[in-house]
Amino acid sequence: MDTISSLILIAIGAALINNFVLHYFVGICPFIGVSRRVDMAFGMGCAVTFVISIAALLSWTFTYFILQPGAPLTAWVWRLLQPDATGTVDLSILNYIVYIFVIASSVQLVEMYVRKFFPSLYKSFGVYLPLITTNCAILFACLEIMKHVSADGGAAAWGLHEAMALAFFGGVGFTLAIVIMAGIREELDHCDVPAPLRGAGITLVVAGILSLAFMGFTGVDRGLAEAIRRSPPAAGSPEPGASAPAKPAQRSRP
Amino acid sequence: MPSDGPTPLERFINGILPENPVYRQLLGMCPTLAVTNGMKPAMTMAAAVAFVLFCANIITSLIRGLLKPHLRILVFTLTIATFVTIADRFLAAYVYEMSKQLGPYVPLIIVNCVIICRCEVCASKQSVLTAGADAIGQSIGFALALASIATVREVLGSGTWFALPVLPAAWPDWVIMVLPPGAFITLGLLLGGANWIGQARARRAATG
Repeated sequence: MDTISSLILIAIGAALINNFVLHYFVGICPFIGVSRRVDMAFGMGCAVTFVISIAALLSWTFTYFILQPGAPLTAWVWRLLQPDATGTVDLSILNYIVYIFVIASSVQLVEMYVRKFFPSLYKSFGVYLPLITTNCAILFACLEIMKHVSADGGAAAWGLHEAMALAFFGGVGFTLAIVIMAGIREELDHCDVPAPLRGAGITLVVAGILSLAFMGFTGVDRGLAEAIRRSPPAAGSPEPGASAPAKPAQRSRP
Repeated sequence: MPSDGPTPLERFINGILPENPVYRQLLGMCPTLAVTNGMKPAMTMAAAVAFVLFCANIITSLIRGLLKPHLRILVFTLTIATFVTIADRFLAAYVYEMSKQLGPYVPLIIVNCVIICRCEVCASKQSVLTAGADAIGQSIGFALALASIATVREVLGSGTWFALPVLPAAWPDWVIMVLPPGAFITLGLLLGGANWIGQARARRAATG
């Protein structure tokens, strides 16, 4: 029960409260570039959700077994090489390089797989698949997972299921945001927007208002946590990245 | 090849206004929005991006003869990732508070489109000198863009500039400006302003 409730909280936190696009500003490029039509936006959202899940699976595995301080596999290899050495090996300096490598290669693999087995899907994704490599949302998910896996170990460390929940629902949140945005932009085509604001300008302003709306979800997780546990939550906010600069300290529950 | 390309000076000037990474090319939006709630984080971010962009451009330019077309994006990102790791460790060692505040946005420099775009468009085709000048120009342009957004957001949002109070104490802080929605709205309106100036200039050039 505890596991399930924490998963639900992570999911809601990633998809609604701390929406990747509207709260953390990651994945803005496709958010502005590919949000002209709803079907395209939905395709992009699905592609990102798919890749983000795979990248999260791989990056959790790499972080847990190899990269984090005192990781099992690294420790085993280290003992094999240096039988009488003491102390733990910390490979976390390689984190970023490994992540970007994992993301680039998983995008490549997904692209090859989809092209071979689902040609029609491949056609509809078109140019977006390779573009996903440079989508900040995916690296951001990997970094969040890294932060929670190697956070001084112990009970607070995330397991694979938690990492996957964050990544998948982060992708769902991205899809939600980009589809809403595309819907608004389709209507916007019929409006008389001042010439200098046309295109990116008005999109950003609309995104700001949308982000304001999503701020209404703040505190939902805490209320839910209390409802589930019926006890004062020890760590009531499973929202990742409480230290994110976008969120000033004075922000409190309404 | 460098003889028929633009000179280093042209590259340098191009980056500041005519090809400003944020306002003209709409690149690097993620850090632009995320770290501009104050001048200090914005300038730290601009410095980190400048360092990474400069080093990555130089390295890319040095190895441009060895690049294989289908692997070049991967090589660029790995080069950038190396320098971002250096920058990240440096920030964590010397300005720990700022590094904490910037959080995941320092590693996210790796996928900052500005740097990949510069490596692809300029550094992989030009000499080292041109690539370096281009990196410096683009960095200054990026820093100016960040500074403009951060100024608006910090002054209106907390009444300070570089943590120095500039508005009277009676100023009601527009808290929304330092929250995520303020970032989107500020950038949207500033972008509109930049376009408006550009269009007005083009019109004047056409008529006059």
